[in-house]
Amino acid sequence: MTGYKVLVVEDSPTMRQLIVFALKRIRGFQIVEANDGVDGLKKLSAEKFDLILTDINMPIMDGLKLVSMVRNDPNYKETPIIVITTEGATEDRERALALGANEYITKPIQTMKILETVKKLMSI
Amino acid sequence: MSNHDEEKDTASRADEFLQVFKKGAEFTQDLLKENEKLRFRIVKLEETLKEKGHAVVSETPDAVALKQKIEALEQEKEEILGRIKLVEEENQNFANRYVEIEEENNMLANLYIASYQLHSTLDFKEVLQIILEIVINLIGAEEFGVLLLDEKTNRLEPVASEGVETSALPSISIGKGIIGAAVKSGENYFIDSMEGYVRDFEKPIVCIPLKIKEHVIGVIAIYKLFTQKDEFTNVDYELFTLLAGHAATAVFSSRMYSDSERKLSTIQGFIDLLTK
Repeated sequence: MTGYKVLVVEDSPTMRQLIVFALKRIRGFQIVEANDGVDGLKKLSAEKFDLILTDINMPIMDGLKLVSMVRNDPNYKETPIIVITTEGATEDRERALALGANEYITKPIQTMKILETVKKLMSI
Repeated sequence: MSNHDEEKDTASRADEFLQVFKKGAEFTQDLLKENEKLRFRIVKLEETLKEKGHAVVSETPDAVALKQKIEALEQEKEEILGRIKLVEEENQNFANRYVEIEEENNMLANLYIASYQLHSTLDFKEVLQIILEIVINLIGAEEFGVLLLDEKTNRLEPVASEGVETSALPSISIGKGIIGAAVKSGENYFIDSMEGYVRDFEKPIVCIPLKIKEHVIGVIAIYKLFTQKDEFTNVDYELFTLLAGHAATAVFSSRMYSDSERKLSTIQGFIDLLTK
């Protein structure tokens, strides 16, 4: 399997570490972390990523804004985006998916679900 | 021709017809008998043929060998089918065990990270923030508070919260109400049913005393879970146990560290004053 670059955008260090720890179990994943939407955008412009996982509620720039901006970037039109959030309402899910997210996972963290979703989107 | 002659002629023709009919009847009877004989013979011949044929087949050595081989193969087939069934059952057990181990692995990883994070700093505020993050992200609580024991007043005072204002949380005496009782007993409290629960800061749905061995230093009181979180899982109970121990030591050591830092700077100030 060739290597994949994955960006994890999450303001909570604990949650970020939980996601990164889970993703490291998939061989060939190179993971980069970002603290918020702006940090995420900076890292997205610096190098090409194959997968993006983002939280919604973050300071400076939230995850929905990030999803919207990423989808408007021709380089990331097709890149899978997974939203992992505390927002469990249907309208939040629909909004994120309408903006261009591929999958929507709610907290508390469900490691198995995250891994299954990642594998499905990356076809691995 | 006279009438008498005519009658005589008719009688002779009827007699002739009767004779022909009788002969026909006799012939038919003969045919039926012959037919019966033939059918009987056919049956006899068929039986003989059957007996002879069977005898021929069963008596042939090849046929005996074939029969034995068929029986052996049938037996082997039964054994293989039995083994396949066993292997399938084993496979299913392995698959179930794999899922269980995966879940356990994930749970251990989460517990490891939670514990690692809790002990990653000696900054009291950071420790509180990490406790909040763990309760939000790993347990799925939307509204909760952290109350710590003030040893001077012997009361629980709110120090951090999520979803509610910290100042809105009450100060609680040990032994009083659900929270006070949980702190006094050191036992976790879980509401029987969340149905119809109305938030009451003195009556949380979950109450986790923060303990260092048997010494309780505070409590986490949960008032509301995320909409998508409708029940507690085994991981949650493990986390609650972990939180009760690790959060307590993390809070205690960070508070001790902060106090000692403060004392150190005071002493340093005195020393500086004296030596100048």
